[in-house]
Amino acid sequence: MEKLIEIKDVDKVYGDKVVLDNIDLNVSKGELCTLVGPSGCGKSTLLRLILGMERATRGEVIIEGKNAPRPNKQRGIVFQKYSLFPNLSVFDNVLLAKRMCQSPWASLRSASSDEKDEAMEYLKRVRLEHARDKKPHELSGGMQQRAAIAQALITKPPVLLMDEPFGALDPNTREELQVFLTELWEENNLTIFFVTHDLEEAVFLGTRLLVLSQYYTDDRGDGFDGRGGKIVFDKELKFKGASTEIKDTDEFKKLIKSIKEIGFEPRILQHVKDFNLTHPDSYQTLTEIEHRNSK
Amino acid sequence: MSRFWGMHADVSGWKSKLVGIIPFVILIVVYIYASDARLADNPQDKLLPSFGQMYDAVERMAFTEDRRTGDYLFWKDTGASLFRLGVGVGLAFIFALMVGLNQGLYPGFNAGIGPFVTFVSMIPPLAILPILFISLGVGETAKIALIFIGTAPILTRDVYLAVDKIPSEQKVKALTIGATPAALLYRIILPQTLPRALDSLRLVLGGAWLFLIASEAIAATEGLGYRIFLVRRYMAMDVIIPYVLWITLLGFLFDWILKKLNSSLFGWYREAAK
Ligand SMILES: Nc1ncnc2c1ncn2[C@@H]1O[C@H](COP(=O)(O)OP(=O)(O)O)[C@@H](O)[C@H]1O
Ligand SMILES: [Mg+2]
Repeated sequence: MEKLIEIKDVDKVYGDKVVLDNIDLNVSKGELCTLVGPSGCGKSTLLRLILGMERATRGEVIIEGKNAPRPNKQRGIVFQKYSLFPNLSVFDNVLLAKRMCQSPWASLRSASSDEKDEAMEYLKRVRLEHARDKKPHELSGGMQQRAAIAQALITKPPVLLMDEPFGALDPNTREELQVFLTELWEENNLTIFFVTHDLEEAVFLGTRLLVLSQYYTDDRGDGFDGRGGKIVFDKELKFKGASTEIKDTDEFKKLIKSIKEIGFEPRILQHVKDFNLTHPDSYQTLTEIEHRNSK
Repeated sequence: MSRFWGMHADVSGWKSKLVGIIPFVILIVVYIYASDARLADNPQDKLLPSFGQMYDAVERMAFTEDRRTGDYLFWKDTGASLFRLGVGVGLAFIFALMVGLNQGLYPGFNAGIGPFVTFVSMIPPLAILPILFISLGVGETAKIALIFIGTAPILTRDVYLAVDKIPSEQKVKALTIGATPAALLYRIILPQTLPRALDSLRLVLGGAWLFLIASEAIAATEGLGYRIFLVRRYMAMDVIIPYVLWITLLGFLFDWILKKLNSSLFGWYREAAK
């Protein structure tokens, strides 16, 4: 499988606070990769590195074979809020994305009917054709996020990044959008990197589950308190494309329970060498001090 | 009574309009009463002219050719003042957009020019009026420059703050759909900043009038402020009062137009802020 994102030995440090600690990660084309972890573990920070908003303190972040450039068309993004331009209607938001991605100044001449048709086609895909002339503030939270997805997808980014996109939605809308996103992913052969702190959401959505957590130990000793987030779990999931009923099965619940212990429980510390990193793309290169006194 | 004066009074629609008129009515009644009393005492009194005298003055200034120059002085004054105000404030607005937008987007540019803009905005504009007259002469340039210097720094700072307030998500979003920095600035940030800039413009207009009248009072050959200070020598209150009312009306009108313009062009702005 072709690697879209390659992250090697990445640290991110703010001042003297280590946020990400020696992250290794590859993401292949076609994956719906979910990244979950307790709040403050560095999920958004990792996403910003992939997006090119910030640079790693150490290590390499590679997008399609090149050092991660500043934000550009290679990575689409949907944030939890502020993804849509508040001064434009839903239709114009999507249309602007379409025309901007062809040429930054294309949006100065009037839109061709092809461009309009395509924007409308994407609005249909996210089932918002009836709301085309509404401004973002006139939409419900769920509709806003659907519009933001259409706006991000119309530029056909190689990978779609999402940072807690459903985090501000009520539980019903949230579940509806989860199902909707898996359908979109399946029909359009998308590659999605999805960040959430909601474990159930991560397990339900992903074809691959990554757990980022600061609750682990290594041979720097248990008293070492400058520990940044690390990928402590990386596994293929088989719930993909399933209905929401899967959330009630024992298998689903068991996985959630075990990940809660691995990633979300400050008192349970797994050793770096015992992490479950069984996904085919997974790899781990530990520094010398992390496994100095190998057991 | 408590229905009206109480904390929880329901004052809406025609009631609020009616109550709003009361102070005006009181002012007019008191004026007429005082004016009549003084004129009865001394028909030559100039301090509180009657409405009839003011009407005559307006007739003379606005609708009769000036004997010496053949101009309609009132309209000539209005035209001259509005020209200075328009050019000064217009240039300040354009300057504020150019500088404020770039300040908001480019940290380096902001670091370079931010402190200077703040410094200039601290200078009391009227204090440098003599400098402007000395260096730029007593013509139009100095007056326009005063209005510009008095309003541009505040407008610039406001535009910068408006850009700064736009969530960084918006900028990243624009870049991920392929915007270049220039396209980001003029296609994404400018439209979101304009409504706020128009609001600031309404606020600085009051100051702009002040600078205009002050500079006209000192050196001019025409203009609303010039006329008021000229006829002051003859205590011509019958001219001064209509001029002041006219200036007030113009100020009110511009404020109203800008407000309407803002809500019709950028309706999303107030709604989205809720
Ligand atoms: N720009 C920054 N400067 C300093 N500290 C930061 C910055 N961004 C994030 N952090 C810190 O990094 C940690 C991880 O933040 P974040 O990536 O937002 O976590 P998550 O998205 O997992 O909740 C937090 O403790 C946060 O305070
Ligand atoms: Mg976050």
